Amino acid sequence: MAETIVIIGAGQAAAQAVQTLRSKGSDAAIILIGDEAYLPYDRPPLSKALLAGEIEIEKLFFKKASYYEEKGVDVRLGVRAEAIDRAAKKVTLSDGEPVTYDHLIIATGSRVRRLSLPGSDLAGIHYLRDIADVLAIRDELKAGTQLAIVGAGYIGLEVAAVARKLGAIVTVIEAMDRVMNRVAAEPISHFYQDVHREAGVDIRLGTGISGFEGDERVKAVRLADGSHIAADMVVVGIGILPNVELALDAGLEIANGIVVDEFARTSDPYVYAAGDCTNHPNAILGERLRLESVQNAVSQGKAAALSILGQPEVYAEVPWFWSDQYDLKLQIAGLSQPTDEVVLRGDPQSRKFSAAYLRDGVFVAINVINNMKDFLPAKKLIAERRVVDRSKLSDPEISLKDL
Amino acid sequence: MAKLIVTTRDGDTQEIDGETGISLMEVLRDNDFDLAAICGGMCSCATCHVYIDHAWVEKTGKREDDEQDLLQELDSFQAATSRLSCQIEFTDELDGLEVTIAPDE
Repeated sequence: MAETIVIIGAGQAAAQAVQTLRSKGSDAAIILIGDEAYLPYDRPPLSKALLAGEIEIEKLFFKKASYYEEKGVDVRLGVRAEAIDRAAKKVTLSDGEPVTYDHLIIATGSRVRRLSLPGSDLAGIHYLRDIADVLAIRDELKAGTQLAIVGAGYIGLEVAAVARKLGAIVTVIEAMDRVMNRVAAEPISHFYQDVHREAGVDIRLGTGISGFEGDERVKAVRLADGSHIAADMVVVGIGILPNVELALDAGLEIANGIVVDEFARTSDPYVYAAGDCTNHPNAILGERLRLESVQNAVSQGKAAALSILGQPEVYAEVPWFWSDQYDLKLQIAGLSQPTDEVVLRGDPQSRKFSAAYLRDGVFVAINVINNMKDFLPAKKLIAERRVVDRSKLSDPEISLKDL
Repeated sequence: MAKLIVTTRDGDTQEIDGETGISLMEVLRDNDFDLAAICGGMCSCATCHVYIDHAWVEKTGKREDDEQDLLQELDSFQAATSRLSCQIEFTDELDGLEVTIAPDE
């Protein structure tokens, strides 16, 4: 009898695992368990094109329902996995009979970090992680809406850009002293602050919040200094947390994510994990990582599938990310640290430039803004851990390929 | 629907009927070809790289600057025929289009 592969989670890593399993000829029974109402979908457009109303929901699905039918994938939507019994190789579900597996992939992803401050539960306070969140935000976000955004990371700034385009009055409140503090150096933060301010966004840096005012619905954000910012609605974007609880309760090792190896294997030979929920070794960077990214979800989903197929391939890539705000395409490769040396390539005023990050002279990361030609060569330099000549690096006329 | 002839990385050639009015990348993805297309069609990652058969190059249009800048840095770039499939709309005019999926980098 054919084996059964159960996949908990129906996000990008899960979708990739299904695709790899089937395209490589696996005839295993596959059961895909997702707690949302939708087939696996592409999450990055949520805070961009979907929020702007530029695309239909159906455009986000990686595969149509017919694909799963044709490929014999049993997709259970709106169903939560409640417990994993590794001894019995069984997963208990919120709905109906438990399912048993020969191989299990945990691809539970991550969830938004929530505020717990006075007034946090008022109507009109939103988070943005899934399609339902975006539909709820879109319902309320109109021209003239006073929108307060808490957090100036990718989500907060992408929402700000879309909201300005829709004609909303936007204030971004950030506790740190610059935007995108976690992913970019000062010159990049300053550049994005300027762009948003020119677009009419009121950015409040170094500003803590102490709660929200309103009766049933939010009317204002209360700042740490006691002052208020009027708001018809709020979007909070203060990061995400890995969904590790199922794995933890099942006795799997957790250390800032579900611990897996470079083949997406946990310590249980029948259990794999992939995507945002994992902590994995990266041979290029020489450290363990928990990444929140599409690239990681895709590559690890594939790695898990290949391991199950008995064709294991090492997952070791330079992490990369992107963010679209206004007319700006930001691509990031590598993981920078605040102590890295930053070398600019080109003039930020031109809205087309890059920022390279050196650590002890080694090229470790890059932020590329509307400057696509730097992206792929930079990824290679990072993978090779190349020591580069600063004076050449700072000359945008010299291709990164020629360093 | 329009006919699309795809040569995979393994060298197999398959003929499919593809939905029109969506991107070539989406047609390839919907038909389960091995193509990463990681950024979902935003012209940000170059993982949906294909070669267009010479006879079809003109009909599929020209590369925009962003696409050119990304593509030309790939080792597998071929000046005459390389395209990002997310940047080509698959239309009835492309009925019979022949493409080859470029190597993974």
